[in-house]
Amino acid sequence: MSFWEFANPKRFMQLSSRLLPWVAGLSLACLVVGLIWGFFFTPEDYRQGSTVKIIYLHVPAALMAINAWLMMLVASLVWIIRRHHVSALAARAAAPVGLTFTVIALITGAIWGQPMWGTWWAWDPRLTSFLILALFYMGYIAMWEAVENGDTAADLTSVLCLVGSVFAILSRYAVLFWNQGLHQGASLSLDKEENVADVFYLPLLVCIAGFVLMFLALVLLRTRTEIRARRLKALLNRERMA
Amino acid sequence: MIALLRRDLVLAVRAGGGFGLGLAFFLVLSVLVPFGVGPEADVLARIAPGILWIGALLSCLLSLDRIFALDFEDGSLDLLATAPVPLEGVSVVKALAHWLTTGLPLTLLAPGLGVLLNLPPAGFGWLVISLAVGTPALSLIGAFGAALTVGLKRGGLLLSLLVLPLYVPTLIFGAQVATQGAAGLDVGTPLVLLAGISAGTLALMPFAAAAALRINLR
Repeated sequence: MSFWEFANPKRFMQLSSRLLPWVAGLSLACLVVGLIWGFFFTPEDYRQGSTVKIIYLHVPAALMAINAWLMMLVASLVWIIRRHHVSALAARAAAPVGLTFTVIALITGAIWGQPMWGTWWAWDPRLTSFLILALFYMGYIAMWEAVENGDTAADLTSVLCLVGSVFAILSRYAVLFWNQGLHQGASLSLDKEENVADVFYLPLLVCIAGFVLMFLALVLLRTRTEIRARRLKALLNRERMA
Repeated sequence: MIALLRRDLVLAVRAGGGFGLGLAFFLVLSVLVPFGVGPEADVLARIAPGILWIGALLSCLLSLDRIFALDFEDGSLDLLATAPVPLEGVSVVKALAHWLTTGLPLTLLAPGLGVLLNLPPAGFGWLVISLAVGTPALSLIGAFGAALTVGLKRGGLLLSLLVLPLYVPTLIFGAQVATQGAAGLDVGTPLVLLAGISAGTLALMPFAAAAALRINLR
């Protein structure tokens, strides 16, 4: 049996209806365990105090914000190459989720940045590239909304996603260049993964797993909704023709 | 292709609106900035390169939707699609025509506005060079955005939402060249990167634009 059989909407609906409760439940379990463990059963950082705990929301959200775009890129490629409708709809379903994760990452970062850096916002390369990523998501979603014909919209957004990916990467490095060109000593961006001790690391891993599963569950749910909406539209069209 | 270029240039110049409008917008924007930030000469001198770059970018944006929209409405785009010239070539020519009627005049006008904004003397040369190197990329990226939104009724607003994030790298490097040049610093690295972006967009964007056009003409 080939992987591509799930491109059949019917097969996809069957599989996803069985999978969805498990994924959603597991995600909820991971998030509850990870967040409670992280918030209440880890020591406070000796310098950052309790503010360090926002890491359990911030890092997974940021991680998934980027991976959601990556998933959209793969789904767009699958749509362009193999013309599987489920793939295009999954890309459409993932975009608002990715945008939400981006915004969560930006907001939690600001909440953490206020006590630590003394500012809500700084034009740091990481922050700036996330803001640009949010703009890319908005453009992508707006493109889907603007085009009426489903297949045309899928094609146009796929092309936009491909071009956008190239420019997103380009912007990432351009921003790095831009900031180093203006300021030196970007002491603002902590590379958190390197200096996180195991006490913080394990609950963080659980939270990341929870966010990955949550993304999966939301995309499955939203793709199912899209497929149903598509079916409804087809039925309505058939009624009108008859 | 040359015939197409001549036709587009003639249409842009004679049909009114687009050609002078972008330049006038650029002028008005540069005049408005001192009202916003105050007339202090040193403040203006610091922000002048960036303001002129943003002004050029926005003026470029103004006329983007005319690249394909008019031809789409009167049906000549369909003829172009069935012509022996590949759509990729049509996109390049359209972008070139847009640059000749927008980017090039903006580049030539920019030093004059630099005087208004108290641009340091060392900056004039680099401002013109950075705009001359960078604005083709703006036209090429814009042609892609215009191709994406050509079939839409209110494409203009969506066009700016799509295109502006794509302009980020070009703006960063272009404004870097102008700013560092005005400060008397070395501009080699950003200038090479800016030229790289222009060359890269020239190589790749016509294909993306042609793909979008084919989808929209289907």
